[in-house]
Amino acid sequence: MTTPLPPLRADLSLIAEMIEPKSRLLDVGCGDGALLAWLDRHKDVDGRGMELSMGGVNACVSNGLSVIQGDADTDLKDYPSDAFDYVVLSQTLQATRNPHTVLEDMARIGRHAIVSFPNFGHWRVRFGLMFRGRMPVTETLSAQWYDTPNIHLCTIRDFVELCREVGVVIERGIALDGLARPLAHAATGRRANLFAENGIYLLRRG
Amino acid sequence: MSVRHAPSAPATNLPGHQVVLGEPEPLRLDCGIALGPFPVAYQTYGELNADKSNAILVCHALTLDQFVAEDHPITGKPGWWDMVVGPGKALDTDRFQVICANVLGGCMGTVGPKEINPETGEPWGLDFPVITIGDMVRAQKMLVDHLGIEQLFCVTGGSMGAMQALEWAVRYPGQIFASIPIAGAARHTAQNIAFHEVGRQAIMADPDWRGGDYMRQGVIPNRGLAVARMAGHITYLSEVALHRKFGRNLQDREGLSYGFDADFQVESYLRHQGMTFVERFDANSYLYITRAMDYFDLPAEFDGQLPRAFEGTETRFCVISFTSDWLFPTSENRAVVHALNAAAANVSFVEVESDKGHDAFLLDEPEFAKVLAGFIDGCAEHHGLNAKR
Repeated sequence: MTTPLPPLRADLSLIAEMIEPKSRLLDVGCGDGALLAWLDRHKDVDGRGMELSMGGVNACVSNGLSVIQGDADTDLKDYPSDAFDYVVLSQTLQATRNPHTVLEDMARIGRHAIVSFPNFGHWRVRFGLMFRGRMPVTETLSAQWYDTPNIHLCTIRDFVELCREVGVVIERGIALDGLARPLAHAATGRRANLFAENGIYLLRRG
Repeated sequence: MSVRHAPSAPATNLPGHQVVLGEPEPLRLDCGIALGPFPVAYQTYGELNADKSNAILVCHALTLDQFVAEDHPITGKPGWWDMVVGPGKALDTDRFQVICANVLGGCMGTVGPKEINPETGEPWGLDFPVITIGDMVRAQKMLVDHLGIEQLFCVTGGSMGAMQALEWAVRYPGQIFASIPIAGAARHTAQNIAFHEVGRQAIMADPDWRGGDYMRQGVIPNRGLAVARMAGHITYLSEVALHRKFGRNLQDREGLSYGFDADFQVESYLRHQGMTFVERFDANSYLYITRAMDYFDLPAEFDGQLPRAFEGTETRFCVISFTSDWLFPTSENRAVVHALNAAAANVSFVEVESDKGHDAFLLDEPEFAKVLAGFIDGCAEHHGLNAKR
């Protein structure tokens, strides 16, 4: 008898849809392991996780998931090239010290990388800065500037540029509204950059 | 300090099992000597299933033994891993068979310096060959073969037991499904070798040690062994734990004695630890087993490249460390994790928050027990063992 899993958060569901069954996957910043547990159950994925918080790691391992306490900035370099089919970084890129290196390592370790992040180019963010003259606080970015873990926020266009510099190809992208519903706009275009609150991108080495 | 003489308990009087191994093929030790036949004492809890796929080998630490989950036959104290081994516990004896053997060089029924050398009819003493962690594991492998177990579901242990759990995974990768090294390291550090040397020197400085020949001469170097235990025991705790337990409290007195009695509770406690230890442990065994730990250096066996030790491994690992452990600190455990990552092995790593020092793995730490149980349950599911009853 297996206990039913709680439903997956909407943005994680979209990531899960990108994953081939029976593949090997590393979830960097896996939190409580919801994505790993779902993929293990529904797609027979050989999943591993890395998580900074001790509470998150303990919860994952207590639930039978293979997760290590570790830091994307320092621990990705240990992994050999092509160790995984997918390396996932969900809502974490903007909190890393060196997003450039993290993205490089992801593309090296995995045949594919999947990155999702909050879009700092969203019109509400722009509006807040322009008319209120204050650092934006939105539903997606809810912390004040002085206690946000997000030290490297970027816009979708910044991310596209970073991918070009790192030499990875965006195979697929989804622009999302605030409720994690896909928008019709091309996921790397100007409209997405203005109207998407989040973006999810499937990458591969160029 | 007065200490009672240790009763030399023959293995035949101990509960559990004893088997003679190393015949006709002897055990080739790392030092080059062939050992055999030799006795190995072990204990089991729970039943093996029909295809013998549910065995968990527990490897004990330096001063512990095979009495994992029952009252100790000499001290009467509860088993050293009573917290996690038993029906419904993390190592659930309703589902798994837990096996623990006294290590090679030990003094609870497995061959060691205190046992009789068949060639001379006298106790081995220092004629006993120097053994290594690798030798201990090879002897355990002989036992596992003897029991007809093709693959162990899991090998686990803390401290020196963690070294054995790693050695198992490296030497017999196909024969263990999971390995859980707890509060361990891939090599013994200089600081740890230094502490062991203090203990050994204390034993050898005892006039009753007699160059290791004390058994034939009818004496026991209890004072030296007790001091070794006292020094060792400090390294198993933490400053916070010692302070919480004793502070600067005085022992049964109103003020300082201006002498060298045990004024402080912490002194009295350590003396008690030393005195009770000599009742159940052999001084020469202490020399041999500490030496085996000192010699442990997995990376060196792979030209300094620890990841090579784990290349291609299919074993699932769970490395566990404790925040206040300064003897086998998180950094040493993390080095193992990094090597396993570099080998793309399946590894979990948890650092448990505890202020109890190295000994935390033997104590009531609910978070630790939860992680252990969760990892083992997950492995059991992947291994096709029955879900939790």
